Amino acid sequence: MDELAILGVGMHPWGKWGRNFTEYGVHAARLALADAAVDWRDVGFVSGAITVRCGYPGYVSGSTFARALGFTGAQVASSYAACASGVTALSVARGQILSGACDVALVVGADTTPRGFLAPAEGDRPDDTDWLRFHMVGATNPVYFALHARRRMALYGATPEDFAMVKVKNSRHGVHNPNARYPKEYGLEDVANSPMVSDPLRLLEICATSDGGAALVVSSMDYARSLGVRDPVRVTGISTVTPTYPDTVIDLPYLATDSAAGTEAPDLGFKESIVARAYEEAGMGPADMDVAEVYDLSSALELDWYEHLGLCEVGEAESLLRSGATSIGGRIPVNPSGGLGAFGEAVPAQAIAQVCELTWQLRDQAGGRQVEGARVGVTANQGLFGHGSSVLVRR
Amino acid sequence: MTGNTRQRVPSVEGFFTIGDEPHLIGGRLADSGGYCFPLHLGGSDPRNPAGEVEEVALSRTGLIWSFTNSTYPPPPPFIITEPYVPVVVAAVELELEKMVVLGQVAPGWTVDDLEVGMEVELVTGVLHEDEECEYLTWQWQPIGDRPVSGGGDSDG
Repeated sequence: MDELAILGVGMHPWGKWGRNFTEYGVHAARLALADAAVDWRDVGFVSGAITVRCGYPGYVSGSTFARALGFTGAQVASSYAACASGVTALSVARGQILSGACDVALVVGADTTPRGFLAPAEGDRPDDTDWLRFHMVGATNPVYFALHARRRMALYGATPEDFAMVKVKNSRHGVHNPNARYPKEYGLEDVANSPMVSDPLRLLEICATSDGGAALVVSSMDYARSLGVRDPVRVTGISTVTPTYPDTVIDLPYLATDSAAGTEAPDLGFKESIVARAYEEAGMGPADMDVAEVYDLSSALELDWYEHLGLCEVGEAESLLRSGATSIGGRIPVNPSGGLGAFGEAVPAQAIAQVCELTWQLRDQAGGRQVEGARVGVTANQGLFGHGSSVLVRR
Repeated sequence: MTGNTRQRVPSVEGFFTIGDEPHLIGGRLADSGGYCFPLHLGGSDPRNPAGEVEEVALSRTGLIWSFTNSTYPPPPPFIITEPYVPVVVAAVELELEKMVVLGQVAPGWTVDDLEVGMEVELVTGVLHEDEECEYLTWQWQPIGDRPVSGGGDSDG
């Protein structure tokens, strides 16, 4: 697979601003275009990640952003893939670029979110598993996160303090990030004193919902060269795979796993398979990684990702964390941006924001959170309904 | 609840039976022999493209795979009964079906009473009620003595 050049990146700071999502997306897009030194009128394709919480303009986000920037006749598409929407939009842009349909594309995601739990669409819908899990069980998103945390405790002897240490680490990274919503350092006591949400996970360990926007300007390598960009950060692998039957690990928003009674479970679980595809496209493996941005929807889920990424053996994530390897300055820093713990989640923007962070890291532009000498990085992300994504970038 | 003549009905039909030995209504895939739950929303087996699913009663007992609770009331369409008592949720492994099924844990059991690997059985319990009906859901209940802190009204 040919690579893409990341010419420009931009973000609107995360927060609870309560303004129109379009504003965040356009802000991020203008920054990315300026960073790329690409004129908006030269963009051949606009790839929007959809928000389902902002009405019709959100469903046609690509067009909404394009119109706000000024209609130029560019081609447009909008993609939804739950939390993986941003990378799905990137993969659609890659298809356009590598097929020759355009030279340079703008990928944008932005969201304005309500307070509290993410809830399903309204109405009486007993044939929708997302409706059923709330109605029949009361299984919120943190319930699923906590099931995985408790499982780590039972299988590997993880402790609530291990989980809290993830939050503490990421908060130390996030204080150096001007786009983070919570640029504040938290200690173990802060976590322990925050209210229990879903045992064993406390409020400070569960990702909030945030407003925010993120954008990428990507192009063919030839186009980058024509602009005189000799050594851009490149997208060298993108994964948006679905699970392979039977997926035997319970996940959002399902009431049950698949059954392994008739078909043996595949060697790789779903989350391992997401990352494996990105590694495969790039022809690289975990040992090649210098930095990772992973989806810490909860503190404990970050530990699962260490193992899914192959950064350590299964059951060793707590040791890896406690060794300091995943802190900035360690062997393989994870979430130098501060992660979802410092940001909260702006669903359609989040997977794009992960790529923005790695781009800054690989360009040595990450300021106080810089991972020294980073040349290769990977993102990992999960959504509901069998969505997930991973992007591998290199210098 | 003395003199209660309200009808007991599933909050949503088609997910479980009610009675002395309730069970979940699942599916068995004709081609591969795998199972699914719910019956009509659980299939993703590519070897069963025609979607032929035979209705079966899923095992009534299993082992807790993991568990947690929700100290904050879940949002709608969950219906809160005041005062809100934290919902306890277990993911339970069914040995025959080789699958894990979510469900509430029967009233009276808290996360402090539960362990991964504990044996549980399927019961039904009240999800919400009005003047005419008690609306039921399926629940997992540990097999053995009720906890000291107990006091729910599960009919398991």
